[in-house]
Amino acid sequence: MTVTLHVNGVDRKLALAPWTTLLDALRLHLDLTGTKKGCDHGQCGACTVLIDGRRVLSCLTLAVMKDGAQVTTIEGLAQGGTLHPLQQAFIDHDAFQCGYCTPGQICSAVGLINEGKAHSADDIRELMSGNICRCGAYPNILASIEEVMAKAAARSGDKER
Amino acid sequence: MNNFAYTRATDVADAVRAIAADPGARFVAGGTNLIDLMKEDVVRPSRLIDITRLPLDKIEDTAAGGLRIGALVRNSDLAYHPQIETRYPLLGSAILAGASAQLRNMATTGGNLLQRTRCFYFYDTATPCNKRAPGSGCPAIAGINRMHAILGTSEQCIAVHPSDMCVALAALDARVLATGRGGERSIAFADFHRLPGGRPEIDTTLRADEIITAIELPAQGFGKNYTYLKIRDRLSYAFALVSIAVGLEIEGETIKQARLALGGVAHKPWRDRDAEAQLAGAPATRASFARMADAVLRDARGYGHNDFKIDLARRGIVRALAQAARGTPQSQSDKRIK
Repeated sequence: MTVTLHVNGVDRKLALAPWTTLLDALRLHLDLTGTKKGCDHGQCGACTVLIDGRRVLSCLTLAVMKDGAQVTTIEGLAQGGTLHPLQQAFIDHDAFQCGYCTPGQICSAVGLINEGKAHSADDIRELMSGNICRCGAYPNILASIEEVMAKAAARSGDKER
Repeated sequence: MNNFAYTRATDVADAVRAIAADPGARFVAGGTNLIDLMKEDVVRPSRLIDITRLPLDKIEDTAAGGLRIGALVRNSDLAYHPQIETRYPLLGSAILAGASAQLRNMATTGGNLLQRTRCFYFYDTATPCNKRAPGSGCPAIAGINRMHAILGTSEQCIAVHPSDMCVALAALDARVLATGRGGERSIAFADFHRLPGGRPEIDTTLRADEIITAIELPAQGFGKNYTYLKIRDRLSYAFALVSIAVGLEIEGETIKQARLALGGVAHKPWRDRDAEAQLAGAPATRASFARMADAVLRDARGYGHNDFKIDLARRGIVRALAQAARGTPQSQSDKRIK
């Protein structure tokens, strides 16, 4: 089947079998290997991407069902040579060790901030629970997200003043 | 994953025609459980009928003062909907106790009702399972059954229904709207899921040619005295060992009406209307709550590894009733059980 996906701002026309997951379409057909295949069963969060701005699991998504959708992967977050604030915060806070879960963690955190439902450290922990880090970098992942949220809140506070 | 044909339904009538024309076909929307089952070779549809383009994504008031939730409303959109947060917080709380943010962004209301058990024998195609391969046997009964049912079991199956959302819908007396070749019908929530009996391969009373179009909530939402208490092995992102949905109507110190549904203990969300009726008119005290717990669990039986669930459920019921009576529902963010 012919499927058009708008991936990181670029229209990509693909010929895919119906059983191709979005994860395999990104990694195998578009060579966007930043999105990771961890468990491939929706349990680890490594394959998290944003579809139309919402974080979802690409391993449990059939690409044909997302014909016409906007897909954002870890490769699409930086602006030119400037890292996304979450990418920079993950580096500053040493929020990863092996790095395999990191693209999923960062895409999930982008989704979390967009959703606007996290108002405490407990909320962030709970709403990030779909992303497993086997190295156990959770405290630093939390610190990274808290920092980006605090900076964004301070900026919107400036605007209001 | 086995190969399959893929088609998109253009409207509800088209979806019904398509499912009726191909007995091996399945509807797909969020896909969070179905795609996984297909990867595991547990389910092998000949065709997937994509229903995500149908106009079933609205949340609307009903003439009876309740709410009609379209079958394609995403779990996260439902949990955070202003009407749910204010009038039906029990439902929102149960949804947020389940899965992860990513899965809730994908999963739909209708699909949540149709998810399959997470019994590991059901998932493992190398083992027998009466639900997956009727007549092959149930290794869970004498096997590893820590997650399994203590109520309403049969000699064929001791699997549990995995949903959190459905436990709240059972307590709220929701109705399921379905459309098939025979037209639309409304199914009481208690009659939607079934006990395993001699046919554990059949989870629900939905007919083969029917599609769920909506869930209807009655006007009464128990927005003041409610809780959803979920007890599990990890504090997040784990299925319930036992979960308890409670809605109470209290006048002074007296319980006027009680609703209680259990998750993680049976093949369907477990309601006991006799036990609820006993609590009506009783004082909101620990002694009343303990009597209700004993009544609900009078026929409970363990299978070895899950024996602990009987006492866990008893204590959980007492705690959940106390939380609801106090008006201090369980937080799904701060995990401390108070």
